[in-house]
Amino acid sequence: MATKVRLATVWLGGCSGCHMSLLDIDEKLIDLAEHIELVYGPLVDAKEYPHDVDVVLVEGALCNTENLELLLQIRERTKIVISFGDCAVTGNTPQLRNKLDIDDVLTKVYQAGPGSIPKGPESVDILPVLLPKVHPLHALVPIDVYLPGCPPDPDRIYKVVAALLAGEKPQLPAESITFG
Amino acid sequence: MTREELQAMAQKEQEKRKAFSCRLLVCYSTPCISSGAEGVRKALVDAVKARNLDAEIDVTCTGCVGPCSRGPLVTVRRAGQEDVIYENVTPEFAVQILAKHALGNEVLTSNVLPKDLPFFAKQLKVVLANSASIDPESLESYVGAGGYTALLKVLEDMTPEQVVDEIKKSGLRGRGGGGFPTGLKWDLVRKAKGDKKYLVANGDEGDPGAYMDRTTMESDPFLVLEGMAIAAYAVGADQGFIYVRAEYPLAAERLRKAIKMAEKAEILGNHIFGSNFNFHIDIRFGAGAFVCGEETALLTSVMGRRGQPYPRPPFPANSGLWGCPTLINNVETFGNIAPIINRGGDWYAGIGTEKSKGTKIFALAGEINNTGLIEVPMGITLREVVFDIGGGIPKGAGFKAAQTGGPSGGCIPAAYLDTPIDYENLAALGSIMGSGGLVIMNDRSCMVDVARFFMDFCRDESCGKCVPCRVGTSQMLRILEKICNGSAVMDDLEKLQEMGKMVQDTSLCGLGFTSPNPVLSTLRYFREEYEAHIRERRCPVGVCQIKEVPLAELMKELPRRIREAAKS
Amino acid sequence: MSVITLTINGQEVSALSGATLLEACRQNGVDLPTLCHLDGLTPIGACRLCLVQVEGARRLMPACTTEAQDGMVVQTHTESLKEYRKMILEMLLSERNHICSVCVANGSCELRARCAELGVDHTRFEYRCPDMPAIDLTHERNGLDHNRCISCTRCIRACDQIEGAHTLDMQGRGVDSRIIIDMHQKWGGSTTCTKCGKCVNVCPTGTLFWKGSTVAEMEKDVGFVRWIKEGREKKQWSL
Repeated sequence: MATKVRLATVWLGGCSGCHMSLLDIDEKLIDLAEHIELVYGPLVDAKEYPHDVDVVLVEGALCNTENLELLLQIRERTKIVISFGDCAVTGNTPQLRNKLDIDDVLTKVYQAGPGSIPKGPESVDILPVLLPKVHPLHALVPIDVYLPGCPPDPDRIYKVVAALLAGEKPQLPAESITFG
Repeated sequence: MTREELQAMAQKEQEKRKAFSCRLLVCYSTPCISSGAEGVRKALVDAVKARNLDAEIDVTCTGCVGPCSRGPLVTVRRAGQEDVIYENVTPEFAVQILAKHALGNEVLTSNVLPKDLPFFAKQLKVVLANSASIDPESLESYVGAGGYTALLKVLEDMTPEQVVDEIKKSGLRGRGGGGFPTGLKWDLVRKAKGDKKYLVANGDEGDPGAYMDRTTMESDPFLVLEGMAIAAYAVGADQGFIYVRAEYPLAAERLRKAIKMAEKAEILGNHIFGSNFNFHIDIRFGAGAFVCGEETALLTSVMGRRGQPYPRPPFPANSGLWGCPTLINNVETFGNIAPIINRGGDWYAGIGTEKSKGTKIFALAGEINNTGLIEVPMGITLREVVFDIGGGIPKGAGFKAAQTGGPSGGCIPAAYLDTPIDYENLAALGSIMGSGGLVIMNDRSCMVDVARFFMDFCRDESCGKCVPCRVGTSQMLRILEKICNGSAVMDDLEKLQEMGKMVQDTSLCGLGFTSPNPVLSTLRYFREEYEAHIRERRCPVGVCQIKEVPLAELMKELPRRIREAAKS
Repeated sequence: MSVITLTINGQEVSALSGATLLEACRQNGVDLPTLCHLDGLTPIGACRLCLVQVEGARRLMPACTTEAQDGMVVQTHTESLKEYRKMILEMLLSERNHICSVCVANGSCELRARCAELGVDHTRFEYRCPDMPAIDLTHERNGLDHNRCISCTRCIRACDQIEGAHTLDMQGRGVDSRIIIDMHQKWGGSTTCTKCGKCVNVCPTGTLFWKGSTVAEMEKDVGFVRWIKEGREKKQWSL
């Protein structure tokens, strides 16, 4: 038996809808499972992003310092990075906050409202710091494959992953590279 | 007016001048007025009146003399003696000039502009030949200096074809920036089919620091009118427009007065010089949009529409104002016409280089000792302009770059100081002749910051019609800002270059396709400065505040800032 | 009407004299992408997507405004043209706030369709995320959302040239250009708007929409523009 492809999935600043869509591949997941080893992601229990990952699907935009740190690590440890879904590719809805001042947003949501989070230097050790602006993944690292859609429909995801498993560069037809 | 009447007017004017024992010429163009020429004029006029010297001493307000940073300027002219020019003249000092020099023939010891100043020696004035001597608001003054003989000659002795041939022979090229052969353009309009033809003078110069056209219009408005009339005769137009920026009130006012006087003298309007040639001129005001200097946008604006360019073809020569064949030239181009007709195309072609003939007016600005307006023969080197005419760089600083052509031009480094200035050479260096703005930068200028400044200008002035110029300039500016504040990465340089090429190739009009020039030329000649900002996180001359970090480094930078803020 | 012959991508083709290069291309099966162009409206050459290379021309020419000439040799899909077209679309994506996932025109948007056709799956330019005027929902039937506007001016031209109302116009310049109603009024208060809806139909993105439509619900029909223009040319409705 050939060695399995080491696949990771990552959830940055997004709604996990892309992961839902991935699960919606349904029975084809069983085909995929024969060829892949899922090494990291919300669906498995790995604590640290492993080395020597073959393919990663990264969902979500870059919203905070933890996202930055993880994506840099991902790029270093992964052969093929897929920008997975509109938040990863365009910033999508998370970047709607780019017009707002980040301090105002935090105060309004977490201090003026019912909740409260630590503010000031003590927060830095506990919480990732929000970036002044939300960015798509390729603002930070080179991306190998863009897979737009909000979410990308299951068929689209399957086609890309299946092509990569077959050792080919995924070529999506025009109707499959639409945003939104 | 007839030939005889014109000659009589000229003769009377010359005799009037000769009758004065001394003439005091007050430079009365915008730069000198803004430094106090009005007070000087008033002091002189009052003093002359008070002493009852009206018949003896003449006080005339003239057009631009040139060394604008030294104004107000007063020239003392006595028959048989060389002119003496006083600089930085105050009203009190002006009265001294009158008392001692004009009346006592004793040259004052202070404020005298040195006679052998290279500023004047290396210039050759064709368009501005009369600028410093005549009163721009007097038709007699212009005629006394030989004005309107060219138009008369054309109407009496030449066919339109002959006029076009003479201009072709002169090798004159458009002074607005593009450098299209003027004679060829005239020929196209002349041959274009149409019962109605228009003529437009482009006086919408908008480059930061440039005021060649303003000065031409202010200093010698009749010269522009005469050039336009000759062109109208050559191409068969009967209606002309002068498009002037509303920010040039003095130029517009002098043109308006000149048009009125010329109409009254029947050298503008119907049956000019008693011939069958009719030509009317109206002024149109521009609202200060840079893009309206582009010919198709200008024409759209003249027609009362939103000032935006349209793709050529059709060229204005075939379909311009209201779909009619239209000749559009820069006012400086029109300023060259009467001298060419008077002295012949061959004379003009004898000045300049092989492909660029005649003279060019430049506005010298920036870090240079003699800022001001100069007219030089084509082919003069940048070194002569900067170090001889311009008097070098002040405050012991070194020369770094010359920016020609304004926001559409490029920055030329010291290595090319000996390049003769002409259309082709400047283009080869990644710049353009442009309308004649020449901004000198010293070694304390940051070239990235300079590029950022010009890109900001273009972004602001982009009309927004085509995507590459509208969004491209905005995106290039963003990258330049990032380089200046320290948040750029090396890949951004590549992106800047790619975008620059794309905006150059795909924009709709001249504003767009020249807007990357300042960036591309500084990237070409000063790349190490860009790299220093990014790699070493420092501005080599200390102009830019490197306070931001690239995205990847925000990881450490943001927590650090929060801790720092808490400490203070 | 006479016929001319020209060469497009090495192929000799014929076209009616007076036809634009865009018409010549499309009639001969060469597809050129466009955004600001719409059959029946005056072409303006603004979006630059249909730029082609004409032998002997100093610059790239917009096919929509350039008249096809006998003997012209044209290239429509060189590598650099393809690259430039992608860059134009990427620039448009970055210019305002195109959040396709929450856009009424998702599905009918021509910008999104052009991106898909030309393989633009991301933009390499930084999103500008500009602040935009509030969405104008004061009109009885239509809404105006500046966040989606690509300044193609199709709505302005349709309102002026087809409807004859000239309610819409452009304000400001450069990236600050904005569609305005009358002399910058709320749409609901417009005394010139005939509520014909032509502007909404010709808008290639989600800028102009039928009030009440939610994400991906907009449907647009642009065929009527050509139909009206041709009818007028044939004087179909003259007595």
